[in-house]
Amino acid sequence: MPSFQPQDYVQLFVSGLSTGAIYVLIALGLITIYNVTGVINLAQGEFVMLGAMLAVALVRLHLPLALSALGAVLAVALLGGLVHRLTILPARQAPDVALIIITIGTAIAIRGAALFIWGTMPRSLPEFSPGAPIAVWGAVLSRQRVWIMGTAAAVLLLLYLFFEHTLLGKAVRACSINRQAAELIGVDARVMGTLAYALGAALSAIGGIVIAPLTLVSYDMGLMLGLKGFVVAIMGSLTRAPAAVIGGLLLGVLEAFISGLWASGFKDGIAFLVLFVLLLVRTVPWQDLWRRPA
Amino acid sequence: MSLAPRFWKEKTRRNAYGLLFLGAFVALLPAWLHTPYALSTMVLIGIDTLITVGLCLLMGYAGQISLGQAAFFGLGAYGSAILTTRFGWSPWLGLIGAAVCTAGVAYLIGIPVFRLSGHYLAMGTLAFGSIVHIALTEWKAYTGGPTGLPGIPRFSLAGVPLKSDLAYYYFVWAIALGGILIALNLVNSRFGRALRAIRDSQPAAESVGVDAGRYKLQALVISALYASVAGSLYAHYLIFVNPQISSLDASIRVLLMAAVGGLASIWGAPFGAAMVTLLTLGLREIVPRISGYGSGEHQIIAYGILLVVIMLFMPQGVTVAAAHAWDRLGGWPALRKRLPRVRRFR
Repeated sequence: MPSFQPQDYVQLFVSGLSTGAIYVLIALGLITIYNVTGVINLAQGEFVMLGAMLAVALVRLHLPLALSALGAVLAVALLGGLVHRLTILPARQAPDVALIIITIGTAIAIRGAALFIWGTMPRSLPEFSPGAPIAVWGAVLSRQRVWIMGTAAAVLLLLYLFFEHTLLGKAVRACSINRQAAELIGVDARVMGTLAYALGAALSAIGGIVIAPLTLVSYDMGLMLGLKGFVVAIMGSLTRAPAAVIGGLLLGVLEAFISGLWASGFKDGIAFLVLFVLLLVRTVPWQDLWRRPA
Repeated sequence: MSLAPRFWKEKTRRNAYGLLFLGAFVALLPAWLHTPYALSTMVLIGIDTLITVGLCLLMGYAGQISLGQAAFFGLGAYGSAILTTRFGWSPWLGLIGAAVCTAGVAYLIGIPVFRLSGHYLAMGTLAFGSIVHIALTEWKAYTGGPTGLPGIPRFSLAGVPLKSDLAYYYFVWAIALGGILIALNLVNSRFGRALRAIRDSQPAAESVGVDAGRYKLQALVISALYASVAGSLYAHYLIFVNPQISSLDASIRVLLMAAVGGLASIWGAPFGAAMVTLLTLGLREIVPRISGYGSGEHQIIAYGILLVVIMLFMPQGVTVAAAHAWDRLGGWPALRKRLPRVRRFR
C-alpha cells in the first residue's frame, strides 16, 4: 500500500463530496416523486443518462453549452411528465409489484432507446469552465467539481424556495402530506403527480449534465447512478430531504475513501451493502427495545 | 373416454393432460428442429423455464417481489462450477452441493429480507442480487473474475457422458417437466393455498392462523432451489460461466419471462421463457440493421416496452390473456363452426 499524505485524504474527501452531491440531486428527485405519487421510480437513473446524452447531442449541434444544458433539462422534464401520464396514471390501482415492474420496464425501454439512437460508444461533454484545477489545502480540485457542488447548492436553495414559498410548491407538498385533503381544497393530485415526475426527472438530468464532463457519457451510465440515488433516498426514509442530503454526501465520501484506500472494484458494492443494512435496520422495532417487559 | 383415473379432480386431470401434451411436444420437437443452433436454443429455454417456474411460485403465488433471482442462478452455476473444477466433485454432487448452499443463502437472506414489503422488499432483493453479482466479479481467486470460469465438466448419466446437444436437451427438459410437476402439486396443496392467502392479504391470512413468515421463507427457498438447479444445468451445459449471468439485467429477464407467461401461472413459464428467448433472437437479427449500430443488447428496448404494456393491459400475462380472448371468441366450438364442413363417410 502506498503511503498516504494528509493532502491525499483531503483530495479523497473533496472528490467524494462532489460525487455525493450528484447522488443527492438524484435522491431528491426520487423523494419528490415518491411522496406525491407513492411510486419508487426505478427509471430515475435513466433520466440522469438522458440529461447528459441530450446535452451532448445539443452541443454537437453547435449550440452553446448553457443553452444545451437548459434544453436537455427541459426535454427530460417533459419526458418525465409524459412517463407519468402514460405509464403511472393508468396503473394507479395496481398493486406495488406491478408498479415496480412498470418503472423497471420504463427504465429498460429508455436505456434501449438511447442505445438505439446513440450506440454504445461513450461520448464526452466539454468542461463548463476549462482551466487549471484549484488548490484546496494541498489537494487539487478540478473546476468541474466546483461546478457540481455549486449547482447542487443552488438547486437545493431553489427547491427550498419552491416548496416553501410558492403556491404551486405548497400544493405539491399538500399532496404528499394528505392526498385526499389536498383534493378537497381543490388541488388536482394527478396534475401534481405529473409535475412531481417532471421535477424529479429535471433534478436527475441536472445531476447527469454536471457530472458528464468528469465521466464519459454512455447509454448505461444511468443504472448505477440511479441505484446510488435509491440508497441515498432510503437513507432519508424516502421522505426526509435533509437526511438524504447528508446521507448522499456521506456515501460519496465513503465510496471515495474505500476506492482510494482499498480496492475500486468493491466501490459499488459498498452502496448496496449500506442499502441492505439500512433496510434491515429499519425493520428493527426500536420502540420495543426501550419498552420494559410487562 | 378419459385416460386419467376417475377420482382425479378436474384441475388435476387438466394438469395431467397438459403435462402429457407438453412432454410429447418436447419429445417430438427435435424431429423437426434438429440443427445445433435450434437444439442449444431449446436447451436454454428449458433452463429458463425452470428458473421462471421458481419465480412464479415466489411472485405470482406468494406475492413477494424478487429483483435478485439471477443471483440464485449465479450461485447455483458458480457453486457447480467451483465444486467440480476446484474440488473435483462429480457434476451430480456439484448440482446438489450448489443447491444446498444456495438454499442456505436464501434461508439466511430471507429471514431479514421478509421483514420488508412492497417497495422496500424490491430494493432489498435488488441490493442482495447486486452484492452477489459484485462478489462473483471481484472474488477472483475462486470465481475467475469478470472473464469467467472455464473447464466445467459435463453431466454423465449412468456412466455415459451427455455430450450431444440432443441428449442434454432431453435431460434438461425431463428436469424442467419434473419441476413443473412439483410446482403444480405445490400450488394445489395446503402450501399453495397458504401462499395465495398471504398474497391477497397477509393480515387476513395471519388472522386465520397462517404462519406468513414461515411460508414466505419456504417459498423463497424453493424458488432459490429452482434457480440454483437451473444455474447448475446452465454451467454444465456451456462448460463455462461468467458473472454476467447474475447481473440485474439477468434478473429482469427472468421477471419478464414470468410476466409474459403470467406471474400466477405455472403453465405460463415455458411459454414465457420460449417467447422471450425467441423475441431476443429475432430482435438481435433485425434491430442492428435498422439502427446502424451493430453491437449492444438492442433487444432491451422491446423488453422494457413489453414489460410496461403487459403490466398495464394484461397483468395476468400473455398466456392467460390469450386463453381468455380464446374463450370470449367461443373457443373450439366457434372455430369448428367457421371451418368448412368435412363430409363424413358412413
